[in-house]
Amino acid sequence: MKNIKIGIPKALLYFKYKELWHLFFQKLGCQIIISSDTNKEILENGIKFSPDEACMALKIYMGHIHFLQNKCDYILVPRLACLKKDEILCTNFSALYDLIKNTFPTNIIHYNVDVKHNKTEEMAFIKMGKTLGFSKKESQLAYYYAKSRADLNKIKMLDEQKKLLQQKNLKILLAGHPYNLYDQFIGEPIQKLLKENNITLIFSDIYEENDLNEQVKTITKTNYWTYNKEIIAAIVQYEKHIDGIILLTSFPCGPDSLSNEMILRKIKIPIINLILDEADSNTGLITRIESFIDILEERRKRNEERTND
Amino acid sequence: MKKEPMISFPHLGDYYIPIKFLLTHLTDYKVIEAPPITKKTIELGTKYSPSFVCIPFKYNLGNFIETLEQGATILFQAGGGCRYGYYTEVQEQILKDLGYDFQMMTIGQNKIITLNYLYKTIKKLNKNISFFQLSYYVLLTLFMIHFMDKIDDYIRLNIGFETQKNSFIDLKKEMLASFSKTTGFFSLLTKYLKYKRKIKNLKINKPKNCLKVGIIGELYTSMEPFSNYFLEKELANMNIQVKRFTNASFLIYQKKFKIKKMQKYIKKYCTYELGADGMDNVYRAKFLSAKGYDGLIHIKPFGCTPEIGAMPIIRKVCEDEKMPIIFFSFDSETSEVGIKTRLEAFYDMLKIKKG
Repeated sequence: MKNIKIGIPKALLYFKYKELWHLFFQKLGCQIIISSDTNKEILENGIKFSPDEACMALKIYMGHIHFLQNKCDYILVPRLACLKKDEILCTNFSALYDLIKNTFPTNIIHYNVDVKHNKTEEMAFIKMGKTLGFSKKESQLAYYYAKSRADLNKIKMLDEQKKLLQQKNLKILLAGHPYNLYDQFIGEPIQKLLKENNITLIFSDIYEENDLNEQVKTITKTNYWTYNKEIIAAIVQYEKHIDGIILLTSFPCGPDSLSNEMILRKIKIPIINLILDEADSNTGLITRIESFIDILEERRKRNEERTND
Repeated sequence: MKKEPMISFPHLGDYYIPIKFLLTHLTDYKVIEAPPITKKTIELGTKYSPSFVCIPFKYNLGNFIETLEQGATILFQAGGGCRYGYYTEVQEQILKDLGYDFQMMTIGQNKIITLNYLYKTIKKLNKNISFFQLSYYVLLTLFMIHFMDKIDDYIRLNIGFETQKNSFIDLKKEMLASFSKTTGFFSLLTKYLKYKRKIKNLKINKPKNCLKVGIIGELYTSMEPFSNYFLEKELANMNIQVKRFTNASFLIYQKKFKIKKMQKYIKKYCTYELGADGMDNVYRAKFLSAKGYDGLIHIKPFGCTPEIGAMPIIRKVCEDEKMPIIFFSFDSETSEVGIKTRLEAFYDMLKIKKG
């Protein structure tokens, strides 16, 4: 029937919604093109097209859009303002669609979620399906299919991560936005380094959703950024089962600047905050991470000696 | 010994006068404004703030530390749609960790401020206050802010052309002093009319085709002159007519009614709201271009997320309208000389363009 090519930038919200997007467009019979992993060229192009002070993650995203130009019929750029009542997202996500539209002369397919103004995710996906020329029923079915599959996948990942908590070696929680944790340029090098040092990695984007608000309240009462609350909930959930936390932030992230300050002041187990920007050399980071691992090992030894006494 | 309760709040331009007026009448406690902002304030604030938080946080924190040293025991903080709404809790935590003993009060944390909400907040400090009393003083204060902003608007348009130096500033100071002694609606209105007449009678020497510049951007750096290195004063010295939209009246009540209109006006550029005040500034860029202004100055704290999201769109508007624009970003390490040099270059460019 139709063969529409949808380009999905492998940056920002991709790492949070990849299953949902994949399955939705697959079910509708669209072809999906995903930009390559972040590389130097993508980053440089991103910097060229972004405001100077935009956070590194947004700059990378712009690079991915540039990469996808002329390679597909539409590029998917979601506009997310509010996912839960009384909560908001970083304003970059509300501005994203208009920002891209005014920067690149390319075809964009978008969906708009704003629960505060009664625009739910389901409605947004149906509307998106309609703009692509599918009927309401087709898009609705595709959305339900994709959503339930994505949710199942989440549960599976959570089970796997829970198994990891039983392991005996050092365990570190890598906490931060998924687009920082899994990006080839931001989180990957750090993940690799930690794995080389025989450390079990726990990720903050895999967490239990029940009682999220109660858990967040033990650290902060008025935080209203949905994605930051998820990070805090993950920290609370894993705190007792891990040796240390690495907070990963891209410079100069607005919500993180305050949210992390609160975490650093309230959490009692060893924690470091790594702030990455595009001008960083990795040497400084490696030294910091290695010394952090040394501290954790030393601490564990002492604890074991104390229990033996 | 328990300290006598004393209320205090951070600075925001001249608005300490209506805020102090309101709090004095709503509670029985003594109310002091934070000591005036100096270099020391921002140094203190920066020292104890998270490293890349936006500059208003640092100014507010510096204000709080200085006012706590003066003996304040109850601190007031407001909030808004961006990071601003989360200031209160983080600042409270930082100050408590520093060892200060105080109570933190807040209005408008990412919520719409209603009278009822305000009533509940104030009730914690003053049990005897009635809803009527609160409404009366809130309305009176809103009028005071409205009048102040109206006079300020007029001053900005004309201060660059005063024939006698400091005539506007001196008269404004006199007006603010008399406003703080307001007793009711009638007294406020007579005061406003009196000073309005006086200010309009001040002699100015304004050419018909003077340079006209609009200031757009983030709210704190727009309203607190210290944080923008007295940009408006600089512009006045260059004999420029200045227009600025962001003021307390706009944020408190005008914005709500204007959103739909603004959205329609810039439909070509923005399909959705950009978050916080981002969209407003896109609107202003287009509006001022249509009004025949010669240039725009966009100001914001370093790293202000909503404005960063809006900047590429504002730039696009300015490209389409052939409107010169300059972007300033303020941080605690911003050099004053750098700003001055760039501003002078911008001024020269505008002058040459105008011919």
